Amino acid sequence: MARKKLDKDTILAIILVAPSILAVLIFVYGFIAWSMRVSFSNWVGLLPNYEFIGLRNYIELLQDPRFHIDIRNTVVFTVLFVGGCLFLGVGLAILLDQGLRGESFFRSLFLFPMAISFIVTGVVWRWLMNPAMGSRMSGLNLLFDSVGLDFLVNKWHTTPQWGIAAIAIPAIWQMSGYTMALYLGGLRAIPESLREAARVDGASEVQVYRRIILPLLWPVTLSAMIILGHISLKVFDLIVAVAGKQVSLDVPAVYMWTTTFDGQFYGRGASIGILLLLSVAVLVIPYLYQSLREESTS
Amino acid sequence: MRARVADRPRRPPTRAWLYILLLIMALFYLLPMYIMLVTGFKSFDEVSLKTMWNLPSGLAFDNFVAAYEQLAPHLWNSLRLVIPTAAISAMLGSINGFVLTRWRFPGADIVFPLLLFGMFIPYQSILIPLVQFMRTTGLYGSIPGLALTHIIYGIPITTLTFRSYYITVPKEMVEAARIDGAGLLETYYHIFLPVSAPAFVVVLIWQFTAAWNDFLFAVVLTNPENWPITVALNNLAGSQIIAWNVQMAASLVAAIPTLIIYIFLGRYFLRGLMSGALKG
Repeated sequence: MARKKLDKDTILAIILVAPSILAVLIFVYGFIAWSMRVSFSNWVGLLPNYEFIGLRNYIELLQDPRFHIDIRNTVVFTVLFVGGCLFLGVGLAILLDQGLRGESFFRSLFLFPMAISFIVTGVVWRWLMNPAMGSRMSGLNLLFDSVGLDFLVNKWHTTPQWGIAAIAIPAIWQMSGYTMALYLGGLRAIPESLREAARVDGASEVQVYRRIILPLLWPVTLSAMIILGHISLKVFDLIVAVAGKQVSLDVPAVYMWTTTFDGQFYGRGASIGILLLLSVAVLVIPYLYQSLREESTS
Repeated sequence: MRARVADRPRRPPTRAWLYILLLIMALFYLLPMYIMLVTGFKSFDEVSLKTMWNLPSGLAFDNFVAAYEQLAPHLWNSLRLVIPTAAISAMLGSINGFVLTRWRFPGADIVFPLLLFGMFIPYQSILIPLVQFMRTTGLYGSIPGLALTHIIYGIPITTLTFRSYYITVPKEMVEAARIDGAGLLETYYHIFLPVSAPAFVVVLIWQFTAAWNDFLFAVVLTNPENWPITVALNNLAGSQIIAWNVQMAASLVAAIPTLIIYIFLGRYFLRGLMSGALKG
């Protein structure tokens, strides 16, 4: 009797989750395999063509000057974006941990950009970072100029070579509050008794943070680096909203989009997609593996 | 224990500095908000580059009216997209999370890592097959096709969010229900569903925000008449015809739904962010 009931429930359980699991297997993993097949193919133009050409798309990409720009832009953007978010994130978290008045208000304030789309952020910041000079000057340049900080006036994302660095600013604006929240979670988990003990031993407040708190926050820093790093590798909307399809500010995700859907170079587009996937996998899989192991042992 | 303890508490001046630092940072985060608001509420006559940082002399709605005229059909598209997406995602996530919590099935050790990694993949790596799939099924260009996309690629995060919530339901309760003869669905309906409200709020907000703010899927999968707000806004901002002041008002219009959610349900929003990032 009991046996029979269990079986009925097992069948029901399978019926309930099977569609979702199948959907993920097909739409995530099946489609990745399909993309790989496209990336090994000669598909150019609207009609699918799966003629196998081996690694030619990948080899051509590695020799493609535009892809070189993409890699450089991604590296510059990642270093500035991740570094900026970590710096602001830990700074704001420590600041908010001092028991100041209005703490929860400021915490919400630093976090609200997370609720907004990268497109809105990009459209507004593109205007704030308007590079026009002289009588057409506007945005932040106008503000700097009118308060006597005219040495800060610059060409933002239209700066030759380093335009991509300016795009890291809105990205940091959007994600540093989130980084702060990660750090605040970590700070709250450190027992007050540890700090007290250090203070009793004569450590100054700065020393308490440098010697005790920051080392204890290392796991948070690592998670934050991985989460922000994978966002950075995938950055797409923000670049499109600020820079459109300018090659000088190109990144792999934008190249994939334009070469596939504007240029009809499906084989090349797929190989960019697969390279992006590999780079994210290298970053994320060790971290996921670690956190899954921790979950199963705890 | 040494003498240095004595010269440490120099608190008042440093505290003032901390507040100043806090206010400077607040200015940085408010800057885009400020420019959207002051520009939006100026009348067309008052808009000028030279005075863009000044407060408006009164409240005018010219910019918002113009922005709304441009965006209205796309706001409607976004709503048609986001409401079914959030609702269906939450229901699927709840059922999946429940079954995967209660039922240790063979292969579970493989399914979880696969689900988890599915949250992180760059969608460029599935975009070409997805477009082919949508073209073959006739869903290409439409809102239902885009909603289906968000629901499917939302399965990992919604399932894992509900699962991490359901894991905290005491085993004794489940056991007691089983002894009382409750089957799978009864256990879900009587024990898990009644305590699910917070998880539902987290997942509904998460999927609402993700679908509302998405650009990549939308720009690749929809026709211009079905463009959601993000694609329409980006297009409007890229055109030379629409004045910058209308662009600022349009940005605010596009941001308002998720901002309202954040202001009123920020707590849950944050929890969604954290579960998405840290936990499995």
